[in-house]
Amino acid sequence: MKSKATLKILLAAGVMGFGLSEGALAQNSVKIGSVLSVTGPSSFLGEPEDKTLRIYVDKINAAGGVAGKKIELVIYDDGGDANKARTFATRLIEDDEVVAMVGGTTTGATMAMIPVFEDAKIPFISLAGAIEVIDPVRKFVFKTPHTDKMACEKIFEDLKKRNLTKIGLISGTDGFGASMRAQCVKVAPNYGMQIVADENYGPRDSDMTAQLTKIKNTAGVQAVVNPGFGQGPAIVTRNYAQLGMNSIPFYQSHGVASKSFIELAGAAAEGVRLPAAALLVGDKLPESDPQKKVVTEYKQAYESATKQPVSTFGGHAYDGLFILVEAMKRANSTDPQKVRDEIEKTKGFVGTGGIVNMSPTDHLGLDLSAFRVLEIKGGDWNLVASGS
Amino acid sequence: MRALLNQRLLTLAVLAVIISLLPFVFPSSYYFRVASLVWVSALAAIGLNILMGQAGQVSLGHAAFFGIGAYAVAIGPTHLGIPPWAALLIGAILSSVLAYLVGRPILRLKGHYLAIATLGLGVLVALVISTESRWTGGPDGMPVERLTLFGWRVSGSYTWYWVTGALLLVGTWIALNLDETPTGRAFRALHDSEVAAQVVGVDVARFKLQAFVIAAVYASLAGSALAFMNGFINPDQAGFIHSVELVTIVVLGGLGSVVGSIVGAAVLVTLPQALTVFHEYEHLLLGLIIIVSMIFMRNGIVPSLSGLFLRRARS
Repeated sequence: MKSKATLKILLAAGVMGFGLSEGALAQNSVKIGSVLSVTGPSSFLGEPEDKTLRIYVDKINAAGGVAGKKIELVIYDDGGDANKARTFATRLIEDDEVVAMVGGTTTGATMAMIPVFEDAKIPFISLAGAIEVIDPVRKFVFKTPHTDKMACEKIFEDLKKRNLTKIGLISGTDGFGASMRAQCVKVAPNYGMQIVADENYGPRDSDMTAQLTKIKNTAGVQAVVNPGFGQGPAIVTRNYAQLGMNSIPFYQSHGVASKSFIELAGAAAEGVRLPAAALLVGDKLPESDPQKKVVTEYKQAYESATKQPVSTFGGHAYDGLFILVEAMKRANSTDPQKVRDEIEKTKGFVGTGGIVNMSPTDHLGLDLSAFRVLEIKGGDWNLVASGS
Repeated sequence: MRALLNQRLLTLAVLAVIISLLPFVFPSSYYFRVASLVWVSALAAIGLNILMGQAGQVSLGHAAFFGIGAYAVAIGPTHLGIPPWAALLIGAILSSVLAYLVGRPILRLKGHYLAIATLGLGVLVALVISTESRWTGGPDGMPVERLTLFGWRVSGSYTWYWVTGALLLVGTWIALNLDETPTGRAFRALHDSEVAAQVVGVDVARFKLQAFVIAAVYASLAGSALAFMNGFINPDQAGFIHSVELVTIVVLGGLGSVVGSIVGAAVLVTLPQALTVFHEYEHLLLGLIIIVSMIFMRNGIVPSLSGLFLRRARS
């Protein structure tokens, strides 16, 4: 790197007199940047995102690129550290001179990088979950994953259909759990939900029977919701079965939407419901479903290239990349300002996360139909028919 | 004495020249950002080096004070309406008070016990920061209002390069001077042998406590500077990994060497940036470089190299 920097300075000094710049060399390619948590505690999110971007950028380039240019992908690993993410964001803009960014694995990293992209007026499509990324709307910031608020609303919608209104919450104190709990408490009155018990646990706790016993002994609890992430929800699910609480309907969040949750929770996961993207049940979707084609193709491409099961997290990166590429195609340009305007005009984009309709006041563009309610049966995800 | 003063002035002058000349070779503001991060880490490390190198005590929870400084300037203006510069001072005062209160019992411990006690303190502070989400924004962190001084809004990589550079110069100057004061000599005596220091009348517990408080204030100021610079802060900065990073900087650069802390910070901050070209081997190489330099330069980079040059010069 040092030698590269020195070389650059020499080059810059050398060509100054000729009025040339590096840009002249790279005219036939367009740089897209990404900062992901490929290693560290969030690597289970960042790794599939990283692989997805690499697979599809190769595919796009093999098909001739975008707006007449080949895509050059620059990915940096922040290791889950928001401060590093911010430095890499500066590097992408100042040093690599990217025209757009698809990345930001965690909410923390995304929030730390937002000011950099806003200042530089470079479009930034985030892959982080929390609603504060796009609320309030920032001119150059978009995101693809569903928000935790939508997950709460989807769960409450399903509860309402089943005429259950008194719920107990048990949430993790990590970023995901705390943020989703706050959103659930906020939207509960809109669905006539009454939160009668509200417990929490640390992200590394290994037993939650105390909190669950308290919920069990609270009079009138009709259903339990567990906003959480990682291994916590699997332990809660096991404890739930051990305490014989199966008669009370149990809801997990989209945070557990990966096969490893079913493996960790084992038989205790039977009957658990959760809101999740169509990607998880791609093969079980009816042929008429508009997302069927996209999710089965993505699943196949990802699994054949990586030999690993597909996850919704990689799907978010797929959606982000293609929203960006299609905006570039429509603009027939790679000018950041024009691309931003086109991203905002995205309408009817069918992604793995749902159908995206963006607007100047909505930089996510997903509605509740993007979520499907799933039930775990026989160790696998199953679609819950609406109304049951 | 005169020679010593000159040597100190020379060190400071060289640092000042480096800080003011670097911008001429920086091609983009990204380099200013990385350099500012080096200055901030170096500032925290110099403080920790006073505790570790001069007074011979280990702190494995030093990021706690870094976090307190950072969150003071985040919480003060946002929730309590305190002006940012005042929040910076409050953070430093809070850190020193906490260091004093906690240090009094802790610093009577020796060796591993002390390390574990400071480790506990670090974990506790990080836990409070990530749990009290009403105040701190929880694990996702919170935005920090920009620093304004006399109507001047301090922002941008260039500005922060100079601000953090100036802070580092002041911090270096104080640390270099401290080395030559009675307090500094008492620290050294402590480092070499606690028993001997006690025998010649050094109040061991008091001086340990002083070193701990000074180190805490350094870390707190560095934390505040980083929070202002980023405009955003999250609990990672107060976490255990960051504490280990600070200790690594001090040990890598050289225990007891002020310049060593700056060199250590430069290596540990720029190396990951330089190694990104190796993609997945990045962490492997980083570890390897640190292991190799610790094996061949056992006293740290700066003391080992200057020792080598001195020997060469003599022969």
